[in-house]
Amino acid sequence: MTETSDQIQITKKDMRRKPRIAETIIQTFLFACGALSILITFGIVYELGKEALLFFTLTQWEQPNKETQTDVLRTDDRILISTSGTEILPETVIRIEDEQMLVTAVQGASLSVIRGYNETIPADHPEGKELMTARKVSIVEFFTKTEWNPQIGKFGIWALVNATLMTSVIAMLVALPIGLSIAIYLSEYASDKLRDTLKPTLEILAGVPTVVYGYFALTFMTPLLRSIFGQDVIQIYNTASAGIVIGILIIPLVSSMSEDALHAVPLALREAAYGLGATKLETAFQVVLPAAISGIAAAFIVAISRAFGETMIVAIAAGAGPKFTFNPFESAETMTGHIVRISGGDLSYNSIDYNSLFAIGLLLFVMTLGLNIFSQMIVRRFREVYE
Amino acid sequence: MSTSKSSKQNPRLKARHRTGSVWQTIFMISTLVGIVALLALLYNIGDSAFGYVVVEYQVLPESLERDGVALEDQTVDQLLLTFQENVSKGLYRRFEAEGAFENPTEVDLENLIVEWVLEARVVEGWGFWESLRNRAEIQAQAAKEFPNGQLEMRSWLNPNFLVSRQSETAMKAGVRTAILGSLWTIFIAITFAFPIGVGAAIYLEEYATDTFINRIIQTNINNLAGVPSIIYGMLGLAIFVRALEKITSGAAFGVLEDPTTANGRTVLSAGLTLGLLVLPLIIINSQEAIRAVPQSLRQASYGLGATKWQTVWYHVLPNAISGVLTGTILSISRAIGETAPLVVVGASTFIREDPSGPFSKFTTLPIQIYQWTARPQDVFRNIAAAAILVLLILLLSLNATAIFLRNRYARRL
Repeated sequence: MTETSDQIQITKKDMRRKPRIAETIIQTFLFACGALSILITFGIVYELGKEALLFFTLTQWEQPNKETQTDVLRTDDRILISTSGTEILPETVIRIEDEQMLVTAVQGASLSVIRGYNETIPADHPEGKELMTARKVSIVEFFTKTEWNPQIGKFGIWALVNATLMTSVIAMLVALPIGLSIAIYLSEYASDKLRDTLKPTLEILAGVPTVVYGYFALTFMTPLLRSIFGQDVIQIYNTASAGIVIGILIIPLVSSMSEDALHAVPLALREAAYGLGATKLETAFQVVLPAAISGIAAAFIVAISRAFGETMIVAIAAGAGPKFTFNPFESAETMTGHIVRISGGDLSYNSIDYNSLFAIGLLLFVMTLGLNIFSQMIVRRFREVYE
Repeated sequence: MSTSKSSKQNPRLKARHRTGSVWQTIFMISTLVGIVALLALLYNIGDSAFGYVVVEYQVLPESLERDGVALEDQTVDQLLLTFQENVSKGLYRRFEAEGAFENPTEVDLENLIVEWVLEARVVEGWGFWESLRNRAEIQAQAAKEFPNGQLEMRSWLNPNFLVSRQSETAMKAGVRTAILGSLWTIFIAITFAFPIGVGAAIYLEEYATDTFINRIIQTNINNLAGVPSIIYGMLGLAIFVRALEKITSGAAFGVLEDPTTANGRTVLSAGLTLGLLVLPLIIINSQEAIRAVPQSLRQASYGLGATKWQTVWYHVLPNAISGVLTGTILSISRAIGETAPLVVVGASTFIREDPSGPFSKFTTLPIQIYQWTARPQDVFRNIAAAAILVLLILLLSLNATAIFLRNRYARRL
């Protein structure tokens, strides 16, 4: 007996939980890896938000197309300007070279000003110097105006959003019917063997880099459309061609996700429908589709979000220069296309272009994130679970 | 008898079946449309990458034979002599001063000869399909319109294209710099994203309990995977290029490559940006692979007294590694094709120097394709098509590796 009690004591000693420092370090490191993803999201929101905030709060300079008519000395508080261009109202802050001035009164071409405004230093300005007027970008203006050209003080995001919506709608018109049809065909009609060949083949389409699709849109789809509708009707860069090709890019996404949803519907439901005398099509449309509707809806929404964010196709084929138009055969620039074109040039920090890009980026991020969260909600809320 | 009876009972049966077969045809045609789109894409690229071209030479290549050796078979020394004899002394000295003859390769010299001696330029081109079909017509047209030109069947995708640098002349332009740039950025992206991605996946699958913070992490990763790639580009621009400029330009380490253009638009910034982009994909793919490891393996390991990390390191990971690698390779092929974020981060529009390290300026294969496609001249579309073929071949071999890995290691489980 004594022997066993001895042993028990030894075991007791060994069984006590030892602190395992290495294990804890490893676990902390792994947690940090996971938490980094949250940091990335915060980084995106913070950086986009910070620059976008600057865009809405900093003073932007606008060109009213006016210049000084005479030499301005540093002591003058009256300056003569040309009469062309936009009218300048009292209480406006104007800038000539580096000096800012506050306009107190306007009499025709002559401005009464307070020199050296905003702690700038009054200086001499020769004749013919360009005038800039200060202004702030209001959120209301941003979301209601339809002309976008930061260089001359036009900040209506609709010019870009409209083009994004145009290409996305065209893409959806192509991708949703075709993608869903493919999904129904693969899941309900095709034999297992055919399905196992077709599905990976279509997924090759999804693996092709988007810049290749851009090339395809410009050198194949646009000439094709132009030969159908006529050279004068369709411009070389147009949203229709870009939209159709985005649609082709998204087909595999829609078909693959929808097919998974259709495939998950249990066989018993189909057999019950057949038993009641339904044809194959009736079974597919009236039994299987409704049962899989949450998955299909999620696929559609993810597809829309993908179309919003698609960049290279529109950058190559949809054209440069923001334009508010509903004609798909004209060129227009989408949000993503604009970001790529502007940042592709020599972009200087703290310029109006730089800040405005982040405002556009933030809007795009919010739009796509909202759609993605919405699609997850649909799946969670409406999914039919079968035993 | 039964048919007539049933059609009597249900007079619409025939119509219903007809509707059924009409829709079945529609579904089949839709599937065909998808396949046709894929074929059209490939056809379009192939058509531009090969075909007849009319090339006009100032000096004919045949006249540059040396000791009976044709121009393209000459050695470096012979090429150097050929070049020296056929250009003005001033030009030769200029190139000598620039160091062009210090360690020239055959390709470099051939390109110089093509540009300065032959002065070759493409004046007209035809697609591959047209070249095959209307051969006689093209020959007649070329002879009529370009009496000084030579009609050649040209493959824009050729060995010279792979090893030549960027150039203003389409005939000599190549993708060497772009391929090296792509490899560098991908290398950095993977070095950064692979350990972190796999670490996060292990945490989420093996350690994380169902707490609020862990649920947030999981949802967040799924959402990050759906963020448009251009947004990652903007994040990279704001953080790596601008905020961390000292580090990404190499100034902090005193290894500034080119003091005049010191900025953060380097291989390192691009690689890290791509790393952020593929991180969620690597995590999600690795999670799936780890989840597929049977629970009994873990229990057996615990039963023998192994700690959690010992279980993960010696049992879970070895069994999940094929899935993890496959997922990683697929993420790499996504990253290789990415263009938009790198344009935003600031790829160079025209560089001739190979990237020599993480602090070099960079361009990548997709960016090269984008820039060539965006040019107005048709001839650049041809080299864009050739570059696309290079990119697709690269992607295809990566995916083949992924499938090979999956098949090879899947058997061991």
